Amino acid sequence: MEKVLTKDIPPDGSALDIKAYERAGGYQGVRKALKMTPDEVIEVVKQSNLRGRGGAGFPTGLKWSFVPRGKDAPHPKYLCANADEMEPGTFKDRLLMESTPHQLIEGMICAAYAIEADVAYIFLRGEYILSAERLRKALAEAHANNYLGKNILGSGYNLEMHLHLSGGRYMCGEETGLLNALEGKRANPRTKPPFPQVSGLFGKPTIVQNVETLCNVHHIINNGPEWFKSLSRSADGGTKLYGASGKVKRPGLWELPMGTTIREILEEHAGGMREGLRFRGLLPGGASTDFLVEEHLDVKMDFTEVQKAGSRMGTGTMIVMDDRTCPVGFVKNLEHFFAQESCGWCTPCWSGLSWAEKMLTAIEAGEGQEEDLERLAYICRFCAPGNTFCALAPGAVEPLQSALKYFREDFERHIREKQCPWR
Amino acid sequence: MAKIWVDDKWYEVNPDQSLLQACLGLGFDLPYFCWHPALGSVGACRQCAVKQFKDENDTQGRLVMACMTPVAEGTRISIKDPDAVAFRAGVIEGLMMNHPHDCPVCDEGGQCHLQDMTVMTGHNYRRYRFKKRTFRNQYLGPLLNHEMNRCIQCYRCVRYYQDYVGGDDLQAFVLRNTVFFGRQEDGVLKSEFAGNLDEICPTGVFTDKTVKAHYTRKWDLQMAPSVCVHCGVGCSTSAGERYGTLRRIVNRYNGEVNGYFLCDRGRFGYEFVNSEQRVRQAFSRQDGRLKPLPKEKAVEQLRDILKGNDRVIGIGSPRASLESNFALRSLVGPDRFFNGMSDETSRLVSLMAEILLQGPARSPSLREIEQSDAVLVLGEDVNNVAPRIALALRQSVRQQPMEMTDKMKIPRWLDFAVREAIQDQRGPLFIATPAATRLDDIATATYRAAPDDIARLGFAVAHALDYEAPVVPDLSSEVSALAEQIAQALKNAKRPLVVAGPSLNSEAVVHAAANVARALSKDGKAARLSFTMPEVNSLGLALLGGGNLSAAFKAVEEGEADTVFVLENDLYRRAPASAVDKLMQAVRHLIVLDHLMTPTASKAEYVFPSGTFAESDGTFVNNEGRAQRFFQVYVPKEDIQESWRWLIEIMKAAGHPVAASWNVLDDLVSATAAAAPVLAGITEAAPSAKFRIVGRKIPREPLRYTGRTAMHAHINVSEPKPPDDPDSPLAFSMEGYPGQPPSSLIPFFWSPGWNSIQSVNKFQSEINGPLRGGDPGVRLIEPPQVSNWLYFSAPQKAFEVRPDEWLLVPLYHVFGSEELSAQAPAIAQLAPGPYVALSVTDAARLQVNDGAQVEVKLNGNVQRLPVMVQQGLPTGVAGLPMGVVPLEGAGLPLWVRLSRS
Repeated sequence: MEKVLTKDIPPDGSALDIKAYERAGGYQGVRKALKMTPDEVIEVVKQSNLRGRGGAGFPTGLKWSFVPRGKDAPHPKYLCANADEMEPGTFKDRLLMESTPHQLIEGMICAAYAIEADVAYIFLRGEYILSAERLRKALAEAHANNYLGKNILGSGYNLEMHLHLSGGRYMCGEETGLLNALEGKRANPRTKPPFPQVSGLFGKPTIVQNVETLCNVHHIINNGPEWFKSLSRSADGGTKLYGASGKVKRPGLWELPMGTTIREILEEHAGGMREGLRFRGLLPGGASTDFLVEEHLDVKMDFTEVQKAGSRMGTGTMIVMDDRTCPVGFVKNLEHFFAQESCGWCTPCWSGLSWAEKMLTAIEAGEGQEEDLERLAYICRFCAPGNTFCALAPGAVEPLQSALKYFREDFERHIREKQCPWR
Repeated sequence: MAKIWVDDKWYEVNPDQSLLQACLGLGFDLPYFCWHPALGSVGACRQCAVKQFKDENDTQGRLVMACMTPVAEGTRISIKDPDAVAFRAGVIEGLMMNHPHDCPVCDEGGQCHLQDMTVMTGHNYRRYRFKKRTFRNQYLGPLLNHEMNRCIQCYRCVRYYQDYVGGDDLQAFVLRNTVFFGRQEDGVLKSEFAGNLDEICPTGVFTDKTVKAHYTRKWDLQMAPSVCVHCGVGCSTSAGERYGTLRRIVNRYNGEVNGYFLCDRGRFGYEFVNSEQRVRQAFSRQDGRLKPLPKEKAVEQLRDILKGNDRVIGIGSPRASLESNFALRSLVGPDRFFNGMSDETSRLVSLMAEILLQGPARSPSLREIEQSDAVLVLGEDVNNVAPRIALALRQSVRQQPMEMTDKMKIPRWLDFAVREAIQDQRGPLFIATPAATRLDDIATATYRAAPDDIARLGFAVAHALDYEAPVVPDLSSEVSALAEQIAQALKNAKRPLVVAGPSLNSEAVVHAAANVARALSKDGKAARLSFTMPEVNSLGLALLGGGNLSAAFKAVEEGEADTVFVLENDLYRRAPASAVDKLMQAVRHLIVLDHLMTPTASKAEYVFPSGTFAESDGTFVNNEGRAQRFFQVYVPKEDIQESWRWLIEIMKAAGHPVAASWNVLDDLVSATAAAAPVLAGITEAAPSAKFRIVGRKIPREPLRYTGRTAMHAHINVSEPKPPDDPDSPLAFSMEGYPGQPPSSLIPFFWSPGWNSIQSVNKFQSEINGPLRGGDPGVRLIEPPQVSNWLYFSAPQKAFEVRPDEWLLVPLYHVFGSEELSAQAPAIAQLAPGPYVALSVTDAARLQVNDGAQVEVKLNGNVQRLPVMVQQGLPTGVAGLPMGVVPLEGAGLPLWVRLSRS
């Protein structure tokens, strides 16, 4: 199958410098885009059915079309790459940034051009120090080679691009939380409307886009939307970086056609479960997605099919649970993360997730009460989408609500036997 | 108007609101926390959830937050929907998880919005069995108490403090369920509006620390509608008493004046009422010392003094009510009545009154100030002399930027979205003062200059607006350019405002302000001219009339008068000590009526105990020209009563014919109203004492007031009859009409299920709008239809630095410059010590640093004062804090010599 994003990744763990990147065909996308109009670039991306790879899966071209363009548009306009990869279980953007930083930069230049942005930021998770180092170097190289700055390649288009390291916290990965953090405020999210396309960074039109999504843009420009659609096995265009972590034989990342089944990723590429362990369930798209179990292994990993099965594809990096791992502990660990990362803005999230964590801790320690399962289910309903201010809490309760559905017996045993039966 | 469907009916509501405001305005009991009428909606707490339906066929619906949902034609919601009801109870459950069981010991109990909303949602049993998170509390100063365990993370405090007030030393720290609202380290909160946190905070995290010294539950207070006496803005307050001491002052909503907020001077300055320095009985000088004597004796002796005596004069006071001033005027006769302001202040206040009466500019209410879209401040340090106006000016710079967000279709109540889109943009605000002000951070430009130069800038602006206004000669190019910039900004605005006042004792500055306002009016603009007034009734007194202080002193000196009445006034604050001492020597009979044993009172022959605002009824006229009635809160102990009552008694004893028919407040209000045409409206400031609703009076005490029968049991086991109140429709009782009275008679805000200040919602027909029936107070001054005004002429010379002298100008402090509030211990603690302010260059010239001592000669007395180096103070100008440094009555500005000590 044709690889797009990962075809030039050096096998030794180093990064492609600008020369190597250009030799591999890099920055041809920029050259081509600059000869098109911004509207034409948006149209091409729209037709490609590229959907956001940050977890929400919103159609990218459509998202860009809401940015006011033309001579009456407010300026400066901004493009932000969401490189704050903090969804537990997700490490795909890290691979792209560490090994092909120029791929991100090129994608960003094309996207920025399409929305007539003046300034671009890479909002990078502060812990990704290797990515930071390599992106800094790549940005310097791009500037030196007239791919950034004033009058890019003589086109008359100007673009500043900066690397910003986040001070920390999961909420900075939420689109509007990212914008607030970038402005120096507390990383609480914002309501929409108004949408960032209208009032985003510093109140100006802004697009926030995931790293993997941006890395696809110049390929689409180079090879056309039909080509992009042809790579996929589903209605959503392109390839996808899928990952697997947990006790599989070969945890890792693989670029595969969009719509590859879970079974193929798990058994062919990740090698199936380790010796002596059996598959129990997985979170298909990172920690904030619902469990899928044995019966779902033939579900295609794309935005629509996974949703039909009762979960979300999210980031496409699966966390696999084996049959010797306590589901209660597994979920408690996740809820500990989410409770810790609650930004503290809305009541159901900051009160409910902490309560859930405490109950799970008690249950794991054999101090659970019978009513706790009802209370945990209540918290899942309490934190439903719309009840909370943003999607953190609804995501946080997805592993919990699905664990209660598929692994209820394990929870009940902890409570009845007053200890973890896995010990 | 838009039609919305709520549960089972259609309603017509204003479409510019959020759904929450619309529902509250309709009288629905929809709970909320993070929304506040002055702060808008942010959608944090999730308490106001309702079920919204797409149309009449949608039976499922979805939960939405009412505060974040616009009112649109055809909106369908259900408040009673079981899912919504359960969810709202669930939010309370979430808040209660970490909330301590403090109610019995929490100051907020009985007036707590969290209590009210908890009961409203029906949540009761706690399912959470784990530990509650706790915090260490901070010392935040003498005014506010901090108890963070009670916090429900509604974020109102930081939104108010940072966004509304512009403060930066109250922040949110940490996240999740352990958010901490406080300072980076313990210390006094810097903002002079921090006290409003007591009412902004829906729980007991921030509470009034001064009340703790004499804590009383709200339901146990006897309260009355009052007016703050600590500056000329005249904010409406609600004062509360128990056991004969004044316990607290809280905000009383007045949609045209203070709205939802007070300043800290007004909120915490009340302790002078309980001071040990209070005069509680009549005193007479016996054997050279003041000794108490029975009031009947005192009145008798006064009668004897007045018999056949035609050499009596009266000195009134700008801090006394219109009625008290009028009664004194009636006793002595209008040509023997002196207004008791310092000469300079008297001249300026009269000038400002004249300018407003002549027109054409309008004297705006505070609400109108807030809505002004371009402002020029000439000479006034508003934060310190009229603090509540400063808070309104801070909101005014949002007006023009909000026109942009209106175009972006962002509703004005969607607070964070509006602020995000606006960023740092601000409407025009120009401030010309000698020293830095706390509004400088939002000013378009500031101009630091001596008073004459400030005036010249103002005149230049007027000339730039209208070439027929006088030219200012020899103006520097920078000042010309600034004047041009200001003129453009004012000209392009829809509701331009000029703010000036008497603070710098400069007639030229007042003239300049008038010229600017008049030039704008010529353009056809709805120009506003706001003059600050130094004291609560300065403008009222000026409208009543009266000679100036020098004339009073002269009358005594030249033997025309030998009997002087002084009404609620310490003359040593108004004139040079030498002049006052001379008066004291020359006068034969000095009779003082006041609350406190002031330096003047302590030298009197007779002292009569005057009721403070809390113990009196009367009328004040604020700087807007709004006459407002204040009502007695309680019957004071011993012989204290209104000054005007004393004067009536004395007049009656002396056989004064005019006083024969004066017995109660209404008699005096009518007589005062007839004293001058401009005062006629004061009778409408509140209903007369005969006013009843279904035959019942308005109770000063809530229904749940306790202890009535036990309170006096140690004196007499039989419960006494409640005192009569012949002066007002209010009763010293909990019995009376339980519903909403006219706004000027509302003693406190309470409604069934709404024990906290949020109950104000129930008294408005539209949230954030006027109180039902209109806001309290009557505007006395409207610009006339035809106005024959002339431009004032400009000062010819610019300020010139002198080699060996400095121009001393007055500087003001919200804590310390005002006489009465400075008596409150907490305020006194925050007041600065004496200092003289010097510019950086002047400090260098004198070779002094911060804190070094310099000598200043004032009226013959040499004072040694520490230097405070102030950036921005113009060279050649020094500043002296009013009320803090004894001025010996020296009239500033004054050229003085300064030398290093």
